[in-house]
Amino acid sequence: MRADLATKTADTSVRRRSKLLAAAPFAARVAAVIVLIYLLVALFAPLLAPFGEGEVVSEIPYAPPGGAFLLGTDQLGRDQFSRLIYGARNSMGIALATTAISFTLGSLFGIIAATRRGWVDQAISRFVDVIMAIPQLIFALILLSIAGSSIPNLIIIIALLDSTRVFRVARSVAMNVVAMDFIEAARLRGEGLVWIIRREILPNILPTLVAEFGLRFCFAFLTISALSFLGLGIQPPTADWGSMVREASPLIAYGKMSLFIPAVAIAVLTISVNLLVDWFLDKASGLRNER
Amino acid sequence: MTEASKSTSIGNFALSRRTLLIGAASAAAIPMISSRAFAQDAPRKGGIMRVAMGQANTAEALDPGTYSTSLSIAFAFCRGNNLAEYNKNDELVGELAESWEASPDAKVWTFKLRKGVKFHNGKSFVADDVIATFNHHRRADSTSGAKALLADITDVRADGDHVVIFELVNGNADFPNVTAGFHLIILPSDGKGGVDIASGAGTGGYKMTSFDPGVRIELVRNPEYWKENAAHFDGVHLIAVLDAAARNNAVVSGQVDAAERNDTATIGMLSQNSQLTIDETPSAAHNNFAMACTMAPFTDPNIRLAMKYGVDREDILRKTQFGHGYVGNDHPIAKSNKYFNTELAQTAYDPDKARHYLRQAGVESLDVELITSEGAAAGAVQAAELFSSSAAAGGINISVKRVPSDGYYSDVWLKSPFAASDWGGRPTADLAFTVGYAKDAPWNETHWQNPKFNELLVAARTELDEERRRGMYWEMQELCNRDGGAIVLNFQNWISVRTNKVAHDAAVSAQWPLDGYKAFERWWFA
Amino acid sequence: MHALGRTILYRLVLGLFSILAVSVVVFSALEFLPGDFAASVLGRSATPETVAAFRQELGLDLPPVQRYLAWIGGLLHGDLGTSFAGRAYTPRPVADIVLPRLGNTLFLAAVTAALATPIALFLGLLAALYRNSRFDRLVNALTLSTIAIPEFLVAYLIILVLAVKFPLFYSMSSLSPGMTLAEKLYLVALPVLTLSFVIVAHMMRMTRAAIIGVLSSPYIEMARLKGTRPWHVIFRHALPNALGPIVNVIAFSLAYLVVGVVVIEVVFVYPGIGQTMVDAVRNRDIPVVQACTLIFAVTYITLNLVADIVAIATNPRLLHAR
Repeated sequence: MRADLATKTADTSVRRRSKLLAAAPFAARVAAVIVLIYLLVALFAPLLAPFGEGEVVSEIPYAPPGGAFLLGTDQLGRDQFSRLIYGARNSMGIALATTAISFTLGSLFGIIAATRRGWVDQAISRFVDVIMAIPQLIFALILLSIAGSSIPNLIIIIALLDSTRVFRVARSVAMNVVAMDFIEAARLRGEGLVWIIRREILPNILPTLVAEFGLRFCFAFLTISALSFLGLGIQPPTADWGSMVREASPLIAYGKMSLFIPAVAIAVLTISVNLLVDWFLDKASGLRNER
Repeated sequence: MTEASKSTSIGNFALSRRTLLIGAASAAAIPMISSRAFAQDAPRKGGIMRVAMGQANTAEALDPGTYSTSLSIAFAFCRGNNLAEYNKNDELVGELAESWEASPDAKVWTFKLRKGVKFHNGKSFVADDVIATFNHHRRADSTSGAKALLADITDVRADGDHVVIFELVNGNADFPNVTAGFHLIILPSDGKGGVDIASGAGTGGYKMTSFDPGVRIELVRNPEYWKENAAHFDGVHLIAVLDAAARNNAVVSGQVDAAERNDTATIGMLSQNSQLTIDETPSAAHNNFAMACTMAPFTDPNIRLAMKYGVDREDILRKTQFGHGYVGNDHPIAKSNKYFNTELAQTAYDPDKARHYLRQAGVESLDVELITSEGAAAGAVQAAELFSSSAAAGGINISVKRVPSDGYYSDVWLKSPFAASDWGGRPTADLAFTVGYAKDAPWNETHWQNPKFNELLVAARTELDEERRRGMYWEMQELCNRDGGAIVLNFQNWISVRTNKVAHDAAVSAQWPLDGYKAFERWWFA
Repeated sequence: MHALGRTILYRLVLGLFSILAVSVVVFSALEFLPGDFAASVLGRSATPETVAAFRQELGLDLPPVQRYLAWIGGLLHGDLGTSFAGRAYTPRPVADIVLPRLGNTLFLAAVTAALATPIALFLGLLAALYRNSRFDRLVNALTLSTIAIPEFLVAYLIILVLAVKFPLFYSMSSLSPGMTLAEKLYLVALPVLTLSFVIVAHMMRMTRAAIIGVLSSPYIEMARLKGTRPWHVIFRHALPNALGPIVNVIAFSLAYLVVGVVVIEVVFVYPGIGQTMVDAVRNRDIPVVQACTLIFAVTYITLNLVADIVAIATNPRLLHAR
C-alpha cells in the first residue's frame, strides 16, 4: 500500500509540480523563492556584482560599509558585496557538483549492494567501512595535500568521501525496502531486477535520499569552511563563502558584523533548501492528511 | 577599521631598539606611556605567570636541538642560560660567560666562565658542560637546528675548569652573538662526553615540572638561581594556543596573563580594552618573495628590478600587517641594526618603472607564477594576491598558487623560481647575509651569486676598522637592492599583550616577542 | 539468537580486516605525501646531511614495506611503537602520547553525549508527535541554522557571549595535570555546549525522521484506528521499530565526537586526539598517525557494529533474513 502510494506520488509529482507549489504551505513557497533568487544570483554574478571578484578597490583593509561598498571591503580591500555575489556562484557550484557526484555514486552502489546482497554487498560495504573509519576531515587534508587543492580536486575528494555516507543511507533504506512483501511479490511475479529497482525500490528510497541531499548539499559549504580553517581550501582569489567566514572569524569579538554575512548566506540557503525538502517529504510520505 | 589604519603611524615611528609601548586607553594613534608599564618600584616576587604561546609543535623534544617554535624557545630561556645573552637594551652581554676575547684574526675565541653556578640537578657548571653542549649540536651525526651555525668551529677545548677556547676555520667578529642562540643553552655534561638531556636540567631561573611538548610546559622558580634580581614569578606555565582568536580570548577573559604573536588585524581593537597593555617592538624578522636568479625569467637583472617596482609594499604592509612594521628595501638589514644603510633610496611602487625595466629586458609583458602558502609566512597568501593586483598595472601578470603549509619549506621553498618565505631576525648584519645571501649559503633562497657581494661579505667579517666595515655593509645592501633576487616586503613588529597586573622595565629586548623571551625572568606581577 | 551470535563473530573478524586495511590505506597515503618527518621537523634548518642523518636515525631509509611490517609486528606484541618526536635522547612511546589525549577526547565525548542524547531524543520524539505544528517548525528552523553555521563560528559566538561579554566560563579548556572532576567539567563547559549544539541538531532531525517513517507503517495506522493514544502509539509501537535507525544516529554522533572535533579542539585549546593526529600528519610522525588511525578505526567499527546488531535484533526481517 505504501509502495503504491509512493510510486504514484513520484509519478505525478513532476507533472503537477506547479500546482503542488501553489498549494504548498507558506514557508515552502518562501523557501522556493529564496532558492530561486540564490540560483539567479549565481547565474548572473558577473552582471550583478559592482566590482570584480579579485579586484582591489580600497586602500583600507576592512573598510566599513557605505558609499560605493555596500558591505564594506575585506582585508585586502576587495568589495565584500561583489565577493558575496561571486561566492554564490562558486560555493553553490562546488556544493552542487560535489553532492551530485556523491549521490550518483552513493545511491547507485547502495542499491546494488542492497539488491544483490551476498559477496557484492560485502565487498562494497567493507570497502566503504574502511574509508569511513578514517576521519573524513583528516583524510581530506591528506588527499588534498597529495593532489593539490584545485577546485576539481576539492570537488572530487569531498564527493568521494561524502559518497560513503550516501551509500550507507541508500543501502540501509533499500535493505528495508527489499525486505518488504511487495518486492517479494514482484520477484515472484518474475519482474526483472532493473524493473524492481526502477519501479519499486527507487521511489521508496527517494524521500530519504532527498532528505539526505538537502543536508549534504549544505555540508559541502561547511567542509570547505573547515578545510580552510585547517589551512586548505579554495585557491585565491576565488571567492567562496566558507573561506570568507573563516577569514573574518577572528574579528567576531569586535562586532564587525558585516563580515558575517557569508555565514548568514549559508544559513539562509540551508534552511530554505531543507524547508523545500521537508515539504517534498511531506508530500511523498503519504502523511499529508495527518493532523 | 580606523584603529588599524591609524596605527600605521607606529610602523613609521622613529625606531629605536626600545619597545614602542602603546597605551591601553589610547586608540594606538599616539604611543602613550601607561602608568603600569614603567613601574618605579622594585619588582615584586610571586604569582604564576601563564602565557599563551603562538607557535608549538608536538614533535619537539627536550633536546634543544629540536627547538624551532616560540613555545620551546621560551622554554629554553626559562630553564637554561647561554654563554652570552641580549640584555633588555639588546646589547650582547655575558651570561654564563663573564667575558671573552678574540685573537686578532677573530679565529680563536676564549670565553671566561662564571663560577659558582649550579644546574638544577645539583651539578656544578664547568667548562666540560660547554664543550659537551657545543659538541652535541655540531657532531657529525647531529640533527640539531644549530648545526649549520656551528659549522665553522674546528675545535672546542677547556683551559682549566672555567675557560673555554673555540677555534674557527674562518675569522668571525660576531662569534659571541652565535652563542646567544636559543639552541645553545648550556646543558649538563653526562661525564662521558655527551650531554644529559633526559633530566631536563639547566642553569636557568625555572625548573621544569611538567613537559607535554607542543601542548603545555610548567616550571617552578629555581630557588638557587645565580642571577640576582631575576626570575620573580613563583612559576611559569607556557601554554600552546595556536589559534590567534583563542589567544586573544584567553588573555581578555583573564585565563592567561599574557599572549604573544597576536593577530595584527585585532590589535587596534584589543588596545581599547583598559585591562590590557600591548607591547610592540620592531623586529629584524621580515617577509620575502624570493626570485631564483638562476631560473627563467629571473636570470635577467632587469626583470628582477621590474618585479621590485611592481610591488606596492605600503599597501601590503597596511593590509597584511595592519601597519605593524615597516616596509623593506630588498635587503635583510633591519633599521635597528647599526649597519643599516640610511642613505639607500627606498624602492617604491612605480608601474611605469616596472614597464621600463621590462622593455630593458626586451619584453612588453611578463607572466609568472608566485607560489605561496599560509605556512610560508603570516599573510603570505594575501600579500601575493595584492602583489598580483598591483603588478598588473606594470604589465606583469602574476598568477598566485597557494600550496599546503606542511612540506612548504622542505619541498617548495628553494626549489621554485618564485616563492614566498619569512625570515626570523638575525642579530648581526654578517649573520643575516651569511645565512641567506652568500653564494654557498644553504638557504640562499634566490640562488644569487654576485662576486662583488661575496667578496665584501668575507672581507667585512674580519675588518676591525668600524668605518670601513660600515662602508662594506652599506655597499652590500645596495647590491641586494639593485641586483639581488629577494623582494623584502616588510619587517614585522613583535607583538604581545599582557594584563595590567604584569609589569616590566621601560626597555625590553626586541630579539623575540616578550622581551626576547626573557620576560619570564625579567618581568613581574605588580 | 544463535544467528545473531554468528553474525557478531563474523562482523568482528571483518572488523579486524577493516582495521588492517585502514592502516594500509593511511600508511600508503602518508608515503605519497611530499616530505617526511626529518625534512618537515628540521624545516628551514634542514641541510642534506642533517636530513640524511636523521632519516637513518629514524629508520626512514628502509623501504616502506619493511617499515610497515615492523610496525605490524610490534602491534602484535601490544607495542604501538616509538614516536619519531622523542628522538634518541628522550624516547617517547606512542602510547604515552596518544593515550592521555584519547582519555581527554573520550571525556569530552562522554560529557557531550550524556547531555545531548536525551535532549535530542526528547526533542525528536516531540517533533515527530507534533509534526507540522508551530513547535516542530521552530525546532526545525533552529536546528537547521545550527547545522548550517560552521562549528568554529558557533564556538567563537559562544565564547564571545559566555566567556568575554559575560565571563561565566573559560574560553580555554586547556587541562592540566591533577585537576579534579568538577574543575574539569567546568573547564569543558563551552566545548561541550558547542558540540551539543551541533549534534543535538543532527540527532534530533534523524530521530524525528525515523519515527515519522515508522508512523506511516500500516500497523501504526491500525493501532491508531483502534483508538490508541498518540503517546502510547509512539512508545509501544513506533519507538521499538525506530530503534535501529535511532541507534545508528547515536552511533554516528558518538563517532563524530571522537573523530571529528579537530576544529573544536583548536578553538578551545583542548588537548584531544584529533589535534594530535593533525599535528602528526603535518610532522609525518608516522607511528603516531598510525596509532591515531587505529584508535579511530576501532571506535568507528565498534560503534557501527553495535548499531548494526541493534538494527538486526530489532528487525525480525533482517534477523531471519534469507
